[in-house]
Amino acid sequence: MAKPASTLAKRADELMNWIDKRLPVTAFWNATMTGYYAPKNFNFWYYMGSLALLVLVMQIFTGIFLTMHYKPSATEAFASVEYIMRDVDWGWLIRYMHTTGASFFFILVYLHMFRSLLYGSHRKPRELLWIFGMLIYVALMAEAFMGYVLPWGQMSYWGAQVIINLFGAIPSVGDALTEWIRGDYFISDATLNRFFALHVIAIPLALLGLVLLHLVALRENGSNNPDGIEIKANKDENGLPKDGIPFHPYYTVKDIFGVGMFLLLFAFVLFFWPEVGGIFLERDNFIPATPLVTPEHIMPVWYFTPYYAILKAVPDKLLGVILMGSSIVVLFFLPWLDRSPVKSIRYKGAWYKVMLALFTIAFIRLGMLGMAEGTPAQTIEMRVWTFVYFSFFILLFFLSPRGKTKPVPDRVTH
Amino acid sequence: MPTDGVNKGRRRFLVATTTVVGAVGAGFAAVPFIQSWQPSAKAQSMGAPVQVDIGKLEPGQLLKLQWRGQTIGVLRRTPESLSLLSEVTPDLRDPQSLESEQPPFAQNEARALKEEYLVVNMHCTHLGCIPQMVPQVGPQPFQENWKGGFFCPCHKSKFDLAGRVYKGVPAPTNLRIPPYSFIDNNTLFIGVSKKGAA
Repeated sequence: MAKPASTLAKRADELMNWIDKRLPVTAFWNATMTGYYAPKNFNFWYYMGSLALLVLVMQIFTGIFLTMHYKPSATEAFASVEYIMRDVDWGWLIRYMHTTGASFFFILVYLHMFRSLLYGSHRKPRELLWIFGMLIYVALMAEAFMGYVLPWGQMSYWGAQVIINLFGAIPSVGDALTEWIRGDYFISDATLNRFFALHVIAIPLALLGLVLLHLVALRENGSNNPDGIEIKANKDENGLPKDGIPFHPYYTVKDIFGVGMFLLLFAFVLFFWPEVGGIFLERDNFIPATPLVTPEHIMPVWYFTPYYAILKAVPDKLLGVILMGSSIVVLFFLPWLDRSPVKSIRYKGAWYKVMLALFTIAFIRLGMLGMAEGTPAQTIEMRVWTFVYFSFFILLFFLSPRGKTKPVPDRVTH
Repeated sequence: MPTDGVNKGRRRFLVATTTVVGAVGAGFAAVPFIQSWQPSAKAQSMGAPVQVDIGKLEPGQLLKLQWRGQTIGVLRRTPESLSLLSEVTPDLRDPQSLESEQPPFAQNEARALKEEYLVVNMHCTHLGCIPQMVPQVGPQPFQENWKGGFFCPCHKSKFDLAGRVYKGVPAPTNLRIPPYSFIDNNTLFIGVSKKGAA
């Protein structure tokens, strides 16, 4: 620094020095923020990760406050949620933040995953990054499922019944396994109590650990980008990537803008449309759970319905469960299924664009059909889209090595 | 780590044995936690099988009792009502009980271990109401050529006297049959099939 620093700034430097000798705060900040160079051509799709992190923090924060009023007991759970909604000051806001946050979490995660399909972000050397992401996704599904049971409404109860009974399809150990999960011969207080424990402590801890691993793996190789080029291959005389810009301040500022836009949308749903017409919060869940009365139409929350449709498409229970499980497991192998010499959709031929479009339509249609009543015509449609869903992965494996590609530029485009 | 004069074989052996002993210990330590998820003694006693004396059950009489929070019916069927079971087959949705829930021994026309006794979970497979038994043969307000069976007052689902569902009613499947066995001719054991517990 040319000018002598003021006494106060000098003191602050001294303090920072003192800390840095004991805890490497500055080094960490430099390594992960100001000295971390990210590709300069990020677009809209690159908001989702930081926004998902924001929602995770929000879920943990609102969740802590909900546990202060919620009672994890079959006789009190439903009433305690209504108590939060009606009698606790601002309880309705905290609870709706949590329920709306859950759905937005999945919207963001689905968009975040779709970004990988677009730009090949899961390809070498980011396979582990993708796998940690997938583990986060699976943990998130468990977290959301158990969270949905807690209000102890009809859909909590019967949704749990359907999902836990899936394990019953496993030959020979199935019945013992479902009994072990429930801790009783039917979904009961014991089930609710353990789901509460898993929802508020076990899975959130696992999620935080996985998110940490996801971020460490991300920092190791750096982000991919819409061109699917490794920016570290082109460095200037200082050893910095020519197509890179420091994460801070450039992308922190970009992400803060994203946060603003996201919160605008989030607040709109939160204040004006928190149930989203029975999609974010199903109508049957406003009726207290009872083991003796089955709702007319059982369906999971929207983010599970694509897989639920695959389950329903298969007439055989065990086969349906296997197929539904495979539909998620196959995603883990994506980095090795795509064998194309280029990563990004920008330099892949029409074959990939058509396949990805069909896959996306299949996923969305399956999600819609998973919510539907299940007429014979819908069952046939579910089978068609289930076929399309799995065909994507099989065709990707065989077509990607020989599918047409365009020349990839050396430097990123924008 | 200095490696001079190190007995590598012994070091590997110690590392391996420590790992194995540690893993076995961790395995044993996991048992209480896994077992804690089993139905507790309280849940087990609440869900215990029910023993029923059916010696005094007259032909045509229906006995209702509770098992695991559900209402179970025991009906002693008359030979006439048994003979009517095959007559209604064309009107039934799942006469072979292919899509319905029952122990394997009850996947027959009478849906029973012993034809005479129908042991059935009384909750309608539609929305869980308790259908009424209407054993009379003849015209009923809900059906002209009624051959005897169960009628659900909630949403008009109809079942025959084997709990098999009629076509064109909201209930999707036949009434459920719980696992059960006979201790002797007059004693029914609900909750346990012949082979092991339910």
